[in-house]
Amino acid sequence: MRNSKLTTLEEAIRRSGLRDGMTISFHHHFRGGDKVVNLVVDCLSRMGFKDLHLAASSLSDVHKPLIEHIKNGVISRISTSGLRGELADAISRGLMEQPVVFRSHGGRGSAIASGELKIDVAFLGASSSDELGNACGYSRSDCAKSICGSLGYALPDARYAAHVVVITDDLVAYPNMPMSISAADVESVVVVDSVGDSSKISAGAIRDSKNPRDILLAKQAAKVVINSGYFEDGFSIQTGTGGASLAVVKYIREQMLQQGIKASFALGGITAHMVKLHEEGLIGRLVDVQSFDKVAAESLKNDPTHQEVSAVEYASGQHLGSATHALDIVILSALEVDVDFNVNVLVGSDGIIRGAIGGHQDTAADSALSIIVCPLLRGRIPCVVPKVTTLITPGKSVDVVVTEYGIAVNPARPEIAERLQAAGLRVVDIKSLAEKASSIIGTPEPLPFGDKVVGIVMNRDGSVLDKIYNIQ
Amino acid sequence: MMFVPGNNPGMMQDAHIYGPDCIMLDLEDSVTMAEKDAARLLVYNALKSIDYGDTEMVVRINPLSTPYGRKDVEAVVKAGVDVIRMPKTETADEVRELEAEIVKVETELGCVGRTRIMAAIESALGIVNAHAIATASSRMMGIALGAEDYTANLKTQRSASGAELLLARETIVVAARAAGICCFDTVYSNLDDMETFRSEVELIKTLGFDGKSIINPRQIEIVNEVFTPKEKEILKARTILAAIKEAQAKGSGVIAVNGKMVDRPVVIRAERTIALALAAGVLTKEDLQ
Amino acid sequence: MELKEAVAGTLESGDMLVRIGPGEGLQVELQSSVEAQFGRRIRAVIRETLEGLGVENATVRVVDKGALDCTIRARVTAAAVRASGKDVWKD
Repeated sequence: MRNSKLTTLEEAIRRSGLRDGMTISFHHHFRGGDKVVNLVVDCLSRMGFKDLHLAASSLSDVHKPLIEHIKNGVISRISTSGLRGELADAISRGLMEQPVVFRSHGGRGSAIASGELKIDVAFLGASSSDELGNACGYSRSDCAKSICGSLGYALPDARYAAHVVVITDDLVAYPNMPMSISAADVESVVVVDSVGDSSKISAGAIRDSKNPRDILLAKQAAKVVINSGYFEDGFSIQTGTGGASLAVVKYIREQMLQQGIKASFALGGITAHMVKLHEEGLIGRLVDVQSFDKVAAESLKNDPTHQEVSAVEYASGQHLGSATHALDIVILSALEVDVDFNVNVLVGSDGIIRGAIGGHQDTAADSALSIIVCPLLRGRIPCVVPKVTTLITPGKSVDVVVTEYGIAVNPARPEIAERLQAAGLRVVDIKSLAEKASSIIGTPEPLPFGDKVVGIVMNRDGSVLDKIYNIQ
Repeated sequence: MMFVPGNNPGMMQDAHIYGPDCIMLDLEDSVTMAEKDAARLLVYNALKSIDYGDTEMVVRINPLSTPYGRKDVEAVVKAGVDVIRMPKTETADEVRELEAEIVKVETELGCVGRTRIMAAIESALGIVNAHAIATASSRMMGIALGAEDYTANLKTQRSASGAELLLARETIVVAARAAGICCFDTVYSNLDDMETFRSEVELIKTLGFDGKSIINPRQIEIVNEVFTPKEKEILKARTILAAIKEAQAKGSGVIAVNGKMVDRPVVIRAERTIALALAAGVLTKEDLQ
Repeated sequence: MELKEAVAGTLESGDMLVRIGPGEGLQVELQSSVEAQFGRRIRAVIRETLEGLGVENATVRVVDKGALDCTIRARVTAAAVRASGKDVWKD
């Protein structure tokens, strides 16, 4: 076709004008099944690039090969929402000279939009594209190889990066419309065997839990939602990942049916549970920044009232039109919550990075009601603590903490505490939860942190919230 | 009453968070012979260290006729258990034998009378002797049906309707009431069939049982739903009790509520409704003032 | 006190597996999922428990899966009782 942007990966890189020290970017919509990051960085390494800044929307276990590319100097800086697995382990122990910069999804979106995070070349995996670069997270052709649904985290990169390379495993005839990424933003299109393993997009995130503790937590959280004062016709809701916070939807559904209440929209990471409620007519619209499973990805492709949203429109703190500002209720999980309601979702209690900020900061800050669901104890590890290991979401954004030993309400929200008490829920002082935890397991010894900064946690407004030190 | 295997520390340490009225740590059927010693130590240490709050703690020991029973008694009495559940009870003498063992340990500790006894009846002979068992000791706090062994003994098996258990259940309720102690129904072990479980709980509530034994926290909610008095029942009970109070203040003998005469059984039922409502937390003491 | 080789406990979450055998003095080898926060405490409870039982010479290898102190005491005691043949409860 005329003006075709089709080329090889190497040629696309050459054309992009990428030089040592520049910033490259990726999205993580394939989560644990992603193949694009490793493919591209291997190629950059072969081509002899050094000192690159890798700015991904998130990284996971599958990106272990980056350890070698950090050691041999191809990658010298990383920005991401999270890290997991061996890469996270190595970085926590001091692998990199420069600290990793952690941003929330909304924070990354607005940093890209404002130019604070300047992307030179974006490498964006897509499940379909035409030769001009109109690309989607699904494919309408018979040759579809992969599906990830929403490309919400890739859209700021597509719009603001100086140069955009779309990488696809299903080249389709022009015009691939409606599209997520517009050809207007794309410089090159590269076809590869596979951009990602779709079966892994829900890996580790979504299970229908039969764990009695998760069920207990989910039921308690559902009671909080229902009696919070925000559960009324037209409400909006978002749930994070994690067994308990996902299962909450199941119990809220029962009450929606019973009381004849419908939600106007569900936001954020969309799951099969949410799609079910939407298809039953209980949720008006699905606003999807990330499809958390295949059911959600298929729904995004087929259902016009299930809409993709970019990270900026989803959760930017700088754009007042972002969807989180219209969000009533968010249910989130946590690794740790402290007595000031500060939350850590990034660094494990062993000092090793094992999570992601995700939309935690954004949704907690902007929603009318934020509910954290976490067990008081995970084995001998306390989740309600005197002080979080790493500050991710400031306590002033957190309204309610649900544990199996009671529900704590932020003193700044006395009206919510009153409503929950009136409904017969066990509202306790958050300090008593921390005391309960230490009475059961004892007091943990402080972690052996070193003095090298391995990570910097950004707030969504671009200020520094906390530093992560190397663990010894 | 929630059954928790005595050799599973993970389950033992947080069983109370699900809010059962009573937890039964099991040293008997859920523990293999090779692990009896280790389970006894776990249960002993758990009872001594873990704060189970208001939850009543029961331990099911091995029969005294086994090599484990007496050691079990020593361990759990020393750990300060509330109630010892004796399995496969068939005669009043067995209860008295257990009582003697308990007294021995309690005397050594200087706390005679602390430990109460629940007898599980799990055979035809036990059912025949139910009242004698229920009255065998002043420590008896309740009797319970163990349906698996009982149906095997009857040469039948459990059915969804529970027809084979009817006589045993009624006998246990009658014996317990005659003795002035509590009665508890057997477990239902199919966790995938919550509907049959619910109808079984409804049945045993109608029969007069004080509670149901459960094997998984997921069953608690259903038991509570069935046993918790409905708003209408609570209102009626409160109206009756208020009328009684008023009549007593006036010195009047005959009381009527909504045109119906209130006699003694009505008052007792009303008091039980309020007690259940208080226990379920749908009513508070402040509400009654 | 003479010790044979003995094992108690499991590798399930909230439990620990204790192997005990003859040794010179008390040798405690610990592998724990909560080493950083509770390693010192766990070793102390293991030692206290053994000393309380009069075990002064033993090699103890423990794999801990987040057991609470009460579980540590129970598992270490069970292993020691099995290794020594002397029960803490009267026969």
